[in-house]
Amino acid sequence: MSMIEFHDVQKYYGHFHALTDINLEIDKGETVVLIGPSGSGKSTLVRTVNGLERIQSGQLIVNNHDLSSPKTNFDILRRDVGMVFQHFNLYANKSVLENIMLAPRIVLKMSEDANREQALKLLDMVGLKDKANNMPSQISGGQKQRVAIARSLAMKPRLLLFDEPTSALDPEMIDDVLQVIKRVTSASDMTSLIVTHEMGFAKEVANRVIFMDAGQIVEDDQKEAFFKQPKTERAQQFLSKIITH
Amino acid sequence: MINIITHYGHQLLIGLGWTVLSSVLALFFSLIIGSLFAIMEVLPNKYARVLGRAYVEIFRNIPLLVITMFFYLVIPLYFVKINGFTAGTIGLTLYTSAFIAETVRSGIQSVDPGQMEGARSVGMTYWQSMRQIILPQAFKIVIPPLGNQFINLVKNSSVLAFVAGFDLMYQANSIASATFDTINSYFAVGIMYLIVTLPLSYYMRYLEKKVA
Repeated sequence: MSMIEFHDVQKYYGHFHALTDINLEIDKGETVVLIGPSGSGKSTLVRTVNGLERIQSGQLIVNNHDLSSPKTNFDILRRDVGMVFQHFNLYANKSVLENIMLAPRIVLKMSEDANREQALKLLDMVGLKDKANNMPSQISGGQKQRVAIARSLAMKPRLLLFDEPTSALDPEMIDDVLQVIKRVTSASDMTSLIVTHEMGFAKEVANRVIFMDAGQIVEDDQKEAFFKQPKTERAQQFLSKIITH
Repeated sequence: MINIITHYGHQLLIGLGWTVLSSVLALFFSLIIGSLFAIMEVLPNKYARVLGRAYVEIFRNIPLLVITMFFYLVIPLYFVKINGFTAGTIGLTLYTSAFIAETVRSGIQSVDPGQMEGARSVGMTYWQSMRQIILPQAFKIVIPPLGNQFINLVKNSSVLAFVAGFDLMYQANSIASATFDTINSYFAVGIMYLIVTLPLSYYMRYLEKKVA
């Protein structure tokens, strides 16, 4: 059963062709890592999956919602599709705990007690129970990102999107966040799509690696095969540059 | 000046009353109307944006006195009879609301767009995100410029004097022409305005510190 299906998807920003002929199928439970040089369309592709970016042609089906249809309700789609951003995007006017509890309360109408219990459990899981009453401005970048992961998990998503989750972090914060992502994505019923520049992490968590360049999918392979020897020259070139330092 | 205040104190207090009443009404309604048009200006819907823009550009670019005269002279001619106080307060409300709309719009737009994306990504609707996340942050940002608008509003309420609105400025004119003591009449009224605007100014500063 597939969770995400792209069929001949095209995306433009004005005259700029951001995504070209995207064909891609991701099954339930897969952990797919998306790599490639900057400007290659990785973030754009991930953002089309929950409709933050709209596609101009082709068909895109996510969790049985047809995103190419004008009738699709994106708010309902997004209840089941979590997203973790490069810059966290925690609500600056709400405490850490409220960041996690807000959507379950007003979107899912969850009872206050169950909601609080779940939020505290999630905070405990990401190691930040003692920060529940802090404001986002009072915690570090790595802590913010772990709260953001807890926030998306509070909606019990079936699909998680990560858009460069560690790119804005200090080097020593990265590992804590990666450990949390690893734990979350390893759940057997969780599908995840991760844009990252952390090759070691990609090797560790991915089932499958997609390499993009200039708005196109250049290579789509199982992790072992990809990291052993990419098929295309462009991917070989990219990997050789990244792995040497 | 003591002379003016002791002899015409009652008249000045009546003027103060009308000025405060007009200011409070205009402040209340212009805040609501201004915020609504500010939100219209940032909506994804193009027609709403055009309408919001048109409202702001019309009422912010016509002098307050012209708007007020329109309500005082033109509206009674074709629609309903309204008195000077009402015409002045309506004019003041529409005029100020255009400036408040611009202020609130810039506040909304200075909130990091990531805040909206974060809220939408967990399934909140546009309006839920606006109400819970964007507007509270925007209002915090616009408290200082809103304070400016409120103070301008109180001072602009002197437009009532032109349409027999019985406000402070109206009383000043009438006291001045009765006593021929123009300097002291306007001095007294200037002080009455300060009695309203200074506490307002300090309250806005206090609010700014409190929510920061």
